[in-house]
Amino acid sequence: MNVEGLLSASIRYGTPLLFATVGEIITERSGVLNLGLEGLMLMGAFTGFVTAYSTGNLWLAFTLSLVVGALFALIHAFMSITLRVNQVVSGLALTMLGSGLSGILGRAYVGRPAVMFQPVAIPGLEKIPVIGPAFFKQDPLVYVGYVLTFFLAWFIFKTKAGLTLRAVGEEPAAADARGVNVFWVRYLATLVGGALTAAGGAYLSLAATSMWMENMSAGRGWIAIALVIFAAWDPLKAMLGSYLFGFIMSLQFRLQATGEVHVSANLLLMLPYLVTLVSMVLFSINESFRKRIGAPSALGVPYSREEKT
Amino acid sequence: MEKYWGFIIPVVSVLVALIIAAFVILSVGKSPVEAYIIMVKGAFGSAGAIVNTIVKTAPLVLTGLAVGFGFRAGVFNIGAEGQMIMGALTATAVGINLGWAPPYFALSLTIISGMLAGAGWAAIAGYLKAKTGAHEVVTTIMLNWIATYLSAYMVQVPLAVGSGTPKSPEIAPSAKLPVLMKVGPLEMSAGIIISVIAAIVMYVVLEKTTMGYEVKAAGFNPYAAEYGGISISKNITMSMAISGALAGLAGVVELMGVHHRFLGTLSGGKGFDGISIALIGQNHPIGIIFAALLMGALRTGSNEMQFAGISKHIVMIIQGIVIFLVAADRIVRTMILWRKRRKVKA
Repeated sequence: MNVEGLLSASIRYGTPLLFATVGEIITERSGVLNLGLEGLMLMGAFTGFVTAYSTGNLWLAFTLSLVVGALFALIHAFMSITLRVNQVVSGLALTMLGSGLSGILGRAYVGRPAVMFQPVAIPGLEKIPVIGPAFFKQDPLVYVGYVLTFFLAWFIFKTKAGLTLRAVGEEPAAADARGVNVFWVRYLATLVGGALTAAGGAYLSLAATSMWMENMSAGRGWIAIALVIFAAWDPLKAMLGSYLFGFIMSLQFRLQATGEVHVSANLLLMLPYLVTLVSMVLFSINESFRKRIGAPSALGVPYSREEKT
Repeated sequence: MEKYWGFIIPVVSVLVALIIAAFVILSVGKSPVEAYIIMVKGAFGSAGAIVNTIVKTAPLVLTGLAVGFGFRAGVFNIGAEGQMIMGALTATAVGINLGWAPPYFALSLTIISGMLAGAGWAAIAGYLKAKTGAHEVVTTIMLNWIATYLSAYMVQVPLAVGSGTPKSPEIAPSAKLPVLMKVGPLEMSAGIIISVIAAIVMYVVLEKTTMGYEVKAAGFNPYAAEYGGISISKNITMSMAISGALAGLAGVVELMGVHHRFLGTLSGGKGFDGISIALIGQNHPIGIIFAALLMGALRTGSNEMQFAGISKHIVMIIQGIVIFLVAADRIVRTMILWRKRRKVKA
């Protein structure tokens, strides 16, 4: 098997997961759990494709998918932050709405080809053996993913705004007492997270393929939810996890293509969920471990000034 | 008035969702009135349609009960999908090997094995929550996917038979549920009776027994319940197991009453529908039966709509909006009160 090709495909399969995972990390760091990733990715993929199909402008398509993602996440923000609805329920409803809406509106576009992002080699870096062609001869959105991940890691852990974000997710009441507007931070985090998740979907219809298919995210939103935990809410680890799972996916497709039965395919695809489940158990067993790298304390808990939890 | 909210909120939510969905249908250039007429006809327009709707409703009642029971006990079982798959998968493995057994034995053994498998699968999440605090929503999501891929593997390799869609062999004739009614090629099995009995049992257990009282107490306020001598960790594991047994039973009914073999992924989202059904039915067994009937009718009717060129995705839109409205019952309450106030002014 060609190692360069396999690595290169791993990055491409991993990129939509990376966008969705870092998006959800931002959202969850503020204390909001958004299980609507699958719906958001589908809306992003749909918006991206329709824009690319009708205008031919890929960057406009990408930008619009960000906007639609943010607007769609606004529903979840309003439900869970303002109305304090159960966040799990609201997230699930968002997923249904996203798959339903993209399915019905996108029906007319199924099977029509549009334009897609082409690989751009980065001069110099692409010459590195093995790594060069795999990492630095990709489409522009892959590079956006690199920059975004490092930026978010820096933002969350090294900036004052990132500290505020984490404080809101850990101790909203304390952050409130320090003068932070908890609602505003959570709204913003949910919107940004939704936009990035939708961008992950847009990758599927703008870079991975050049077409729209019903339900084309095919469970990637749920993988991203697993990856957030696997990555312990850290963008850099999310990058590792996303590409690792991208590797599993491309390996699985190759095994299928070579006719090596589907045995290994299904068991391989099960792995990320199994690993996440086991790592969740490990995280939970040790109290200090949990405090250090576990979930934000206020994750999924609506904040209200009157009620003390 | 307060007494009736449990009924009014879901009904108003469904109506509002149908109205919003009508605009979506309009936006893709179709007539919503025509679409809804096709849908109602598709679900109830003929004997065949009604049988089809009831067949679809049976497992939905059970997944709805599974999730609803969890809610009452204070656990969010989002894993009915996986538990249903594991139930059906285990029942398949048992049912295909019972050619020698008399029906009463084959039926009960297959049903029990499926329920136990669902219970065990759910108990993993319950135990983890009780012992390590791992959130059951996330663990059950993981368990759903593990079950999906595990079953895909099982019907592609160890249990595989024939070609085309991956499938298992047929279960023994003695392990098939008796057929109550036959309309053309459509068979209605005893599955719907099992579902309704399960709903009645759940009602009795929750309302009339000490166990039910403990479950509800733990769900309502775990701290107070623990202070009152109810073991929370035991309760969580047990509640998840019971919820999982119901979901497992849904898989069993689908297997023994409809397909008679493990086909594809079998569950087809019915476990997820259980969440909507529990919410619409307000976690009440009787409410859940009606909510399941609604979902069953929507699913059957939307197949007809698909032929008329309207994507059956409309059901997901309706479902999503209903869930938003039921969960955010404040919106519906405000809507109703606001209308009243206007009437009073006028």
